[in-house]
Amino acid sequence: MLNGSISYWRNQLTTGAITPTELVEEIARSMEERNPAINAYISWDKESALAAAAQADLSRPLGGIPIAVKDNICIQGAPTRCASRMLGNFRSPYDATAITRLRAAGAIPFGRANMDEFAMGSFGKNSAYGPTDNPAAPGHAPGGSSSGSAAAVAGGMAIAALGSDTGGSIRQPASHCGIVGMKPTYGRISRYGLVAFASSLDQIGPLTQNVEDAAVLLNALCGHDEKDSTSSTEPTTDFTAGLGQSIKGTRIGLPKEYLSDGNDPAVTAALQTAIAKLTEQGAEIVEISLPHAEAVVAAYYIIACAEASSNLSRFDGIRYGHRAEGTNGLDNLYSRSRAEGFGPEVKRRIILGTYVLSSGFYDAYYAKAQKVRALVAQDFAAAFEQVDFILGPVAPTPAPALQGADMTPLQIYLADIYTIPANLAGLPGISVPCPQPAGARPVGVQLLGRHFAEADLLRVASALEQALA
Amino acid sequence: MQQPQIDVAYIAGLAKLELTAEETERFSADLNQVLAYVAQLEQWDTATVAPMYHPLPVFDAVRADVPGTSLSNEAALTNAPAAEDGQFRVPKVVESAH
Repeated sequence: MLNGSISYWRNQLTTGAITPTELVEEIARSMEERNPAINAYISWDKESALAAAAQADLSRPLGGIPIAVKDNICIQGAPTRCASRMLGNFRSPYDATAITRLRAAGAIPFGRANMDEFAMGSFGKNSAYGPTDNPAAPGHAPGGSSSGSAAAVAGGMAIAALGSDTGGSIRQPASHCGIVGMKPTYGRISRYGLVAFASSLDQIGPLTQNVEDAAVLLNALCGHDEKDSTSSTEPTTDFTAGLGQSIKGTRIGLPKEYLSDGNDPAVTAALQTAIAKLTEQGAEIVEISLPHAEAVVAAYYIIACAEASSNLSRFDGIRYGHRAEGTNGLDNLYSRSRAEGFGPEVKRRIILGTYVLSSGFYDAYYAKAQKVRALVAQDFAAAFEQVDFILGPVAPTPAPALQGADMTPLQIYLADIYTIPANLAGLPGISVPCPQPAGARPVGVQLLGRHFAEADLLRVASALEQALA
Repeated sequence: MQQPQIDVAYIAGLAKLELTAEETERFSADLNQVLAYVAQLEQWDTATVAPMYHPLPVFDAVRADVPGTSLSNEAALTNAPAAEDGQFRVPKVVESAH
């Protein structure tokens, strides 16, 4: 089992206590020993990681640091399957910009992290390559859809990982696995080479052992990319600069709509602890209201599925991906290739998305959802007139058992209620673990900030992390 | 809003997705439940609200028109289920005239 943050291992590398090659070997050993029980990784290529390690430039900020990568972010020459049978034989012919940037910072992409198929799911169970166990609460779901990324970091099989977050898919598994997960502002990190799920919501981000590592990874990942027309031209900054600085006088909003009786007592307790610790640090907690908080799940699932049905139409069995055998004509080839390639949740969402975009229903569902989305964004704009940050739960409950009563799709969707708003409004959000009694499942709390306020958000998250420690 | 029942078989045809009878039945039940839930959006007055298709006000982002290298023909075909002569191989799509 591998312990230690990015800064720990960077120190070990630069002082010569360990070589990059030895570090890759160490991670591979941990992976080979622990992955059969956890299934955090669904493929890895030790030889290419060792080749990169042999060339590692330790003078770069992430020099020699292996990073696990969710299976929906393209790595040249590596399987990029989105944990789907549809892409069972797919090897990416190019690197995602996030990977290019990691490599430029000296990091070594190593290991494809398991996930819910095409990032559709909240518990990691929707993978064509089997579910992932939660190393911090064995027998329980690691959360999703970045299930493998979270489990690899929490299970001592990765120093840090990349995930993607469309409705909470970084922050929620981070919370369930007891680590830090951050979704930056929409557009902060290029989505070029991220297999598209819902393009107006998707964002790449880090899953790490602590807040500092998230800041270090943002330093490498953020910045405009002409290959992604939605990537922001907003200037980047040193995201580590504010870490350790005081949060005295910071105004943090607590939405009254988030204090639901439906929250698990452990979630409520974590929130109370965070409030107490932030207050101790000199922050002022202000009750606020997000009047459209209850509308977010309905708006989100219409928008996300509509965008998914459009994005996933590219999987047609022609240019890449699975092609059914023995088909009769082009339409039959499309329909059967898609039938054989996609799993049940992906099919369900394609059907829902196609329906809400179809003639006669577009205005009632899709256009209506986009208008409600505007109301949700207005709620946040008004809230950020009053406060600098917003504190809330990540999920209404800790991780559910892997085996157990199956929830209906609607019940599963409703559990995304606290993470979805940041995606609808494009805001940055971070999940910070709140220490739990021995044997209890991990629970995180979430902080949201204004657009492009990641540096400040990380400063507050870091202060909270320190106060909770 | 009168809650329509989703015709999953028809929608699956639009989505070019062959479903088994069992899938059609299961998705009908699941999605009618989801649609009954999302009908709550009706309650919010959006008469004067513009739809928000994108989280940030970014419009018409274009890059400089500078020629550069892109994926080679060979690389673009590496994942093709069937390729021939530098092209994707597809089933016959031109119907013979009646």
